[in-house]
Amino acid sequence: MKRRTWLFIGAGLLVALVLAGVVSNFASGSPDGLDYTARDGCTTNAEGEITGGTCMAREEKDHETADSPLADYGIKGIDNEYLATGLSGALGVLITFGIGAGVFWLVRRRSPDRADSEKGTGND
Amino acid sequence: MHIANGIVNAQVSAVFAVFAVVALALCVARGRADLDDRLAPMAGLVAAFIFAVQMLNFQVLPGVSGHLLGGTLAVMLVGPWVGALCVSTVLIIQCLLFADGGLTALGLNITNMAVIGTAAGYLLVAGLLRVLPKTPTGLAVTGFIASVIGVVIASQGFVLQYWLGGTTDLSLPAIAGTMAGVHTLIGVGEGLITATTVATVARVRPDLVYALRRFRTRPGSTAGATPSLRSAA
Repeated sequence: MKRRTWLFIGAGLLVALVLAGVVSNFASGSPDGLDYTARDGCTTNAEGEITGGTCMAREEKDHETADSPLADYGIKGIDNEYLATGLSGALGVLITFGIGAGVFWLVRRRSPDRADSEKGTGND
Repeated sequence: MHIANGIVNAQVSAVFAVFAVVALALCVARGRADLDDRLAPMAGLVAAFIFAVQMLNFQVLPGVSGHLLGGTLAVMLVGPWVGALCVSTVLIIQCLLFADGGLTALGLNITNMAVIGTAAGYLLVAGLLRVLPKTPTGLAVTGFIASVIGVVIASQGFVLQYWLGGTTDLSLPAIAGTMAGVHTLIGVGEGLITATTVATVARVRPDLVYALRRFRTRPGSTAGATPSLRSAA
């Protein structure tokens, strides 16, 4: 592959690393749209724990990988929240790129001819 | 929009897990035609970028936030089949390593965000690019509109799953309304991120934008991948 394309991939990864490693610390801590809907009907305390009422989230069960070293976008053993979020985010970007690019590279089409000429027709 | 464990019952979760596996197998089979030496690393980058941006929750109402789902963005940059695989890669890594989205709910989450979100984004992008120009601005407008609608449709995937196997007896119309309402706002955020990203890549490296290379603009020009709703073309 051309050097120019690798430069683009590298620059893109750098942007992703800054977003996940730095900007992520400025993200909103409010529940997302689904979590908000899941808590609708319940009362919660300051920590966001459910204290009463009827809602979906009452049936919520613990996560299987809650003890993972990267659980909840932190790093086990690092108490500084900014550092933990940033590092786990940056690690996540690298892991996702590594696994993603690796798998896509392995399953890619290896014939040398151009893709544009052999496009299949869609069927929905 | 990651569903936690226990929200939808085990039987319905299992059915959607099977559905997700079949859908991903189809995406691998069809996506291979698109995946060449150049698209493979680009798809890895798209997955990594979606992972990063999904960490950036933005406020949409007091006490409510949202984040990018990424289906429309992935469709425009790497195409529908590989795009769905990119979003799935992110969801699997988030579930296994970051405890985000339950393991038993993984099939539900892949169905909503990777399959429904990407399929809706694809149909909308393909339709919009029949009328909008294939310029950075045209792509930005396309990405914005497709994202807003795509996110709302993906949110209704959850409503369907909750209707089939919700573990608490609640009013379904109320859930559908709340989900559609907040996800319209989240969709606007998603639309802005998608439009900015796609327009930027289209200016820097138009050859790396799938939507500029593969989607047919004019109906009837070639046997394209765009589904046509017109009876007479």
